[in-house]
Amino acid sequence: MNKKDVAEHVTSYRRFLWRAVSDATDGSWWFYAWMILLTALALTGLHAWAVQVRDGLGVTGMNDHVSWGLYIANFTFMVGLAAGGVMMVIPAYLYHDHEMHDLTIVGELLAVAAIVMSICFVVVDMGRPERFWHMIPGIGRFNWPMSMLTWDVLVLNGYLALNLHICGYLLFKRFRGERPDPRWYVPFVYLSIFWAISIHTVTAFLYSGLGGRPLWNTALLAPRFLVTAFIAGPAFIIVLLFLLRKLGGVPVALRPVQVLVNVVRVTLLINLLMIASELFTELYGGGSHTASGHYLFFGLNGANALVPWIWTAVGMGVVSAVMFLRPGVVTHPVWLTVACALAFTGIWIEKGMGLIVPAFIPSSLHEIVEYFPTLVEWQVTAGIWAWGFLILTVALKIALPILREPHPEAKVAPVAGNASSAETRIHPAST
Amino acid sequence: MNNPSEQPVETTEGGGMTRRTAIKALGATLGAAAFAQAIAPLTEWTENMTMDEYLQKHYKELSPFDLGVVMSRLEAETKAETGVDVHIGDYRPQPGVKFGYALNLSICVGCRRCAQACHVENNHDRPSGNSYIRVLEMEKGSLDLAKGRVNYDKPVPSKDKFYMPVQCQQCDKPPCVSVCPVEATWKESDGIVVVDYNWCIGCRYCEAACPYHARRFNWTKPQIPPEEINPDQGYLSNRLRPQGVMEKCTFCLHKTRQGKLPACLEACPTGARVFGNLLDPESEIRWVLKNKRVFVLKEDAGTRPSFFYFFDE
Repeated sequence: MNKKDVAEHVTSYRRFLWRAVSDATDGSWWFYAWMILLTALALTGLHAWAVQVRDGLGVTGMNDHVSWGLYIANFTFMVGLAAGGVMMVIPAYLYHDHEMHDLTIVGELLAVAAIVMSICFVVVDMGRPERFWHMIPGIGRFNWPMSMLTWDVLVLNGYLALNLHICGYLLFKRFRGERPDPRWYVPFVYLSIFWAISIHTVTAFLYSGLGGRPLWNTALLAPRFLVTAFIAGPAFIIVLLFLLRKLGGVPVALRPVQVLVNVVRVTLLINLLMIASELFTELYGGGSHTASGHYLFFGLNGANALVPWIWTAVGMGVVSAVMFLRPGVVTHPVWLTVACALAFTGIWIEKGMGLIVPAFIPSSLHEIVEYFPTLVEWQVTAGIWAWGFLILTVALKIALPILREPHPEAKVAPVAGNASSAETRIHPAST
Repeated sequence: MNNPSEQPVETTEGGGMTRRTAIKALGATLGAAAFAQAIAPLTEWTENMTMDEYLQKHYKELSPFDLGVVMSRLEAETKAETGVDVHIGDYRPQPGVKFGYALNLSICVGCRRCAQACHVENNHDRPSGNSYIRVLEMEKGSLDLAKGRVNYDKPVPSKDKFYMPVQCQQCDKPPCVSVCPVEATWKESDGIVVVDYNWCIGCRYCEAACPYHARRFNWTKPQIPPEEINPDQGYLSNRLRPQGVMEKCTFCLHKTRQGKLPACLEACPTGARVFGNLLDPESEIRWVLKNKRVFVLKEDAGTRPSFFYFFDE
């Protein structure tokens, strides 16, 4: 590339960014109302966090017994959601499914938003966030490879960078009206598939490596994390695709939804099997190392704050599994949306509060202290969710032109019978 | 592609785009103002923070001179805040020393004076009554922690109970040290696991990793009346801790590294506690290890504690 080309790329990149900003901030009054709502929530959360930094984490419900709570619960869930985004990518690239191709960017943008959120949840959980630089390799002291948390820092930031690169490159090429050069993004896409698996495996190892916490100290944790990620991620994307079709005018073919539904169908059942296995192991043998499991599912010595939560989650899992099993579910957007919402919420409870909190109850000296998040924690949590939705909304808005126009290859590829191609699209009327 | 026909153009009126841009600018301004308002507590918080403190290096990377400067700064800060003259020292491990602790469960009466002495010696937060020691009242005939309880409030000892104080076990394979992402906690050559309060980021991963509930977090800035501050302080032990960092039992290294005994041992009225150098064959702790049937807590956790329990009879 000669100097002139570079200079041209730089200027056009600047124009691209400007264009992106103006695209992202244009919209209907509904759009503005949505953005204002999210901004207000995010700012409320930011303020609550600032108060928490000033006055200490004592403003939360956490204590020396339950030292991780709502923040780390949401962090864990968000890593899963980010990994789940890859379920758009795997069929498209590993199985060369062209109709999926057009929509993979939805999964990648979701991954970006979810990773940013998970990083936010770690930062708000820190007692001294201003010392984050102690973790930067080179200037700080990075306890790698011993500390699983350093692995997590590497894989999360790596995954963020990968997805930012892939999405940024595709959008920029699109803006310049050029065909994306596969050499510049396809290798990264393949890398991101393995990377997605790694982010959630490493996050599971963060917990399962702790011998002092029997609830986490199980080899099933990493597989279960992946399975739940592949419930929450695709379930969210299915709903997102419906919204994109309805609000963004994006032509969503039936196939991508069908593929995602098939994934969730299987992962929901595998997860229920895993919960049953864990329950059996905890209950049949007994012993004091199963106390946390007892606390979670049945309560312990009169303490039972999480019991309604976890059974709600199990109930949602069972109901959504049954709903997903219905053969024609894919053609019933309302039915499917409800099933997705149930599955998603169920995993959020189960993998969040249902996984993190009970590991601390009873404490390592078997004291039973229950945990209830405070208003500050809910505000901060809502703020980060709002922030994530802001990122996702803006990113999708910028990506709309790509999404509205199918991939050129998809047009060339013989669609299963031209006559029926119209039927493979879900009609907005069917909603 | 920059194709205008793709999106409906907002308006055909001349001033439409400008008006929209103006509204956007107004929105951005309002947003920025709200943002500044939202983070105002952070500004208050940083007012008490100096650049020196922020950029301070890890304990192991500080030269003796730099560390001296840091300790003087901390002494001056304590003076300014509380009016108390404290002395902060950097007590290093002695060569040929590895500390061990043993506790005779047959004669411990559960009076919790060790926990109280720890509270005073280590400048713990007063409102929470914090201490590095928790004393469990246990069922005779069982070592099951689930049958123990800490919140007993009655004359001790009860006939059918025994009492088990638990504090940091100064493990040889400490899970808290391996999990720390920034090496803010480490094991020193005399076996004591320490925390650099000025390096800890407050993630509490170590607290989750510890099987003995030995770590404490400073959920708020510790409160302690000036007249109750213990002025003999160690940089790595009982100096006043900042908010938002982890702390733990250090076997009172500011005392023990100078040949004194830990505060919990000095306070024990029954002589249940034995402390000493594991590398000295003539030490009392070695005598206990040789002649008593000792055990460690949660041996199956693989942590290899330097803290031993034993029964006399």
